[in-house]
Amino acid sequence: MAKKLRSKKAAERGSNIAIYIILTLISIVWLFPFLYLVIQSLRGEPGTATPYFWPKQWTFDNYIKLFTDKSIFNFPKWYGTTLIISVFVTVIQTVFVLVTSYALSRLRFKMRKPLMNLMLVLGMFPGFMSMTAVYFLLKLIGLTQTFGLVGLVLVYVASSCMGYYISKGFFDTIPKSLDEAARIDGASRHTVFIKIILPLAKPIIIYTVLTAFMAPWGEYMFASLMAFGDQDYYNVAVGLKAMLDKEVAYLYFTRFCAASVLISIPITVLFFWLQKYYVQGVTGGSVKG
Amino acid sequence: MQQVSEMDYLRMTGRQKFLYRFVTFFKNFPLLFINFFKVRLPQWFIRRGLKFKEIGLTIGRAMKYGDWKTRTSFLVFGFSQLARKQWLRGLMQLVFELMFILYMALFGGQYLGLLGSLGTVETTSGKDEFGFEIKVVGDNSLLILLYGLLTILFILVFAYVWYKNIKAAYASQEITEAGLRLATAKQDMASLLDDQYHKTLLGIPLAGLTIFTVIPIIFMIFVAFTNYDAAHQPPEKLFTWIGWDNFAKVFGGEMAKASKFGYTFAMLLMWTVIWAFFATFSNYILGMIVSIIINKKGIKLKKLWRTVLVMTIAVPQFVSLLLMSQMLADQGAINNLLVSWGWIDKPIRFLTDANIAKVTIIIVNIWIGIPYTMLITTGILMNIPEDLYESARIDGAGPVKAFFKITLPYMLHVTAPYLITQFIGNLNNFNVIFLLTGGNPTSSDFAGSAGQTDLLITWLYKMVMQDKAYGMASVISIFMFVITAVVSLIVYNKSGSVKNEEEFM
Repeated sequence: MAKKLRSKKAAERGSNIAIYIILTLISIVWLFPFLYLVIQSLRGEPGTATPYFWPKQWTFDNYIKLFTDKSIFNFPKWYGTTLIISVFVTVIQTVFVLVTSYALSRLRFKMRKPLMNLMLVLGMFPGFMSMTAVYFLLKLIGLTQTFGLVGLVLVYVASSCMGYYISKGFFDTIPKSLDEAARIDGASRHTVFIKIILPLAKPIIIYTVLTAFMAPWGEYMFASLMAFGDQDYYNVAVGLKAMLDKEVAYLYFTRFCAASVLISIPITVLFFWLQKYYVQGVTGGSVKG
Repeated sequence: MQQVSEMDYLRMTGRQKFLYRFVTFFKNFPLLFINFFKVRLPQWFIRRGLKFKEIGLTIGRAMKYGDWKTRTSFLVFGFSQLARKQWLRGLMQLVFELMFILYMALFGGQYLGLLGSLGTVETTSGKDEFGFEIKVVGDNSLLILLYGLLTILFILVFAYVWYKNIKAAYASQEITEAGLRLATAKQDMASLLDDQYHKTLLGIPLAGLTIFTVIPIIFMIFVAFTNYDAAHQPPEKLFTWIGWDNFAKVFGGEMAKASKFGYTFAMLLMWTVIWAFFATFSNYILGMIVSIIINKKGIKLKKLWRTVLVMTIAVPQFVSLLLMSQMLADQGAINNLLVSWGWIDKPIRFLTDANIAKVTIIIVNIWIGIPYTMLITTGILMNIPEDLYESARIDGAGPVKAFFKITLPYMLHVTAPYLITQFIGNLNNFNVIFLLTGGNPTSSDFAGSAGQTDLLITWLYKMVMQDKAYGMASVISIFMFVITAVVSLIVYNKSGSVKNEEEFM
């Protein structure tokens, strides 16, 4: 019996060691590209790749030049554009999503079901196809050239109420008796929303803010179409892709790496800080713990 | 296959059950359609018919029994309310009517007339008698189509408001006649925060949705019936209605063969579905396995392993993808290193050989997706009761068997909605393909600039941005809509989680 137990323990240890080896390998595979990114951003020699791993010259030039050499690629401008877009999108989208989900979760009106079906169907169209029409609509309102930024924000937030599913799911889990108690005390539906539901919805608000803020940084499709080749309206994703175009990649690859590091840092920090809420949001609050 | 009784069904083995359900599902498929056309559609029309009858009756009643205030409302919006001192409501309706008249007179009317032909006068340039360049600006088909469409929608809204106005006018008359008091402007405002709160909340979001999603989609559907392409670019050239020709280029025999669109569509659709399937399930299962081994009892530094993986989510996806596309290039870092270490003689064409590229894409997607799945499944996995595994172990089941018999069914049950959205999201996963390979390598068998690793969505992007084949692009997006719609409807109906709203999520 003792022998059997010992052998079981040994097998357990063996499998644990195997798992440690696998996890170490996984970690290397996952971290290697990012390590590579940081190292390349400090590389002095030009070129998209070198036949050796460690650079021969180490330099901060790539970072400095991003901000000083703006003749071809205006990185600070893209960064600023994306940041402004992100902030506005975050605020407006959060309001839209919360308001829509509250209305669909708590209020009962005639058009409620048809509206939800309509949004489901609309979500199935490849949204990007309608962009040419959107461009001309924006032109009609006069939101293209000088107000291009406003137009871009509008495009991002305009249909954001369709992303109500997750927060509606969350609102559905808040007991209705809370609302009813407040209604009996004479509170209007508006008061219920502001004073009761919103304070309880902190996790989902943070989730919405987080996703809304992160999305514009990686959005390529709409941003490139809306920019219509005009560098001034590029966001970082479109700009960085332009740095890797075949003609210029040789000169700009290391600078691309530097820019990527600069973009990744704030988002990584934000993400790790609010990671808990992110998981709660994605799993629809079904996981507590 | 025969319909089997419940007893027989229970007696079947697992594979037979699966086969039976598979066959019955497809056997019932035509029935679904027949049911839709024979029952659901007529019912829908009957309901619409009743609605119109009701509208007619309401208008008739207002005409017959209405006093002069109500009857004036037929022409002057909100007159009845204004006359009965409901200033706010009456004024709003009146302003709307004036706006509509102004719009039609100054702007909408002219476009409506041109909608049938999409313009007849081409923009021409030439020299006048003194030899100066002159440009005679003709019709712009694009603007005619867009503004014509807007005008039609505005007219529909106008008709709706007209009906509402009459209904409200008569209602206010009835209320006064019954000796009751009409709501004051102040009460109206207060009800916007209470009984009518949904109007306050949803007004602006839905306006945005209508302007930037609904109208463009309708516009796109119309464009599918025009020859709007690189050779017919407004403002220089006109485009016009061509009926179903664009659709024939994809499906209709001879025309499809000549244009290559049909072949391209079929091939890319196949790859899109294969991609979506592998991308979704490889991530799902592998991510879950990683999550399980990190969760395993006795493994230390759990937090560290997780943090390492989660870092890849935090770094914006386009950065990882662009970096990968550079590292995997023919002269990229990975090939360079492998060659310099002497492991391979010539570079592996990770992204330039169609077949290797497809595998590479799926593997890179696994690299990107596993941390995400891990993050999501970790918590749920901990919720699986430990004693299930305990009793499985006592019954002699190994870890592999436990995974397939306990973990996977449980997870599938809980995360079905997540899996569906992932699958649909992958069908339209623009970033991974576009930033990794850009859809390349291109193929001479394909129409336009379509490449062999293109998904339908990236092909669409190329059609618009490079080929400027707007008409065809619209046709493809309509098909994509149909595909997504069919997939989602089937899966949504199958997974009960959507049926019962209170249980959803």
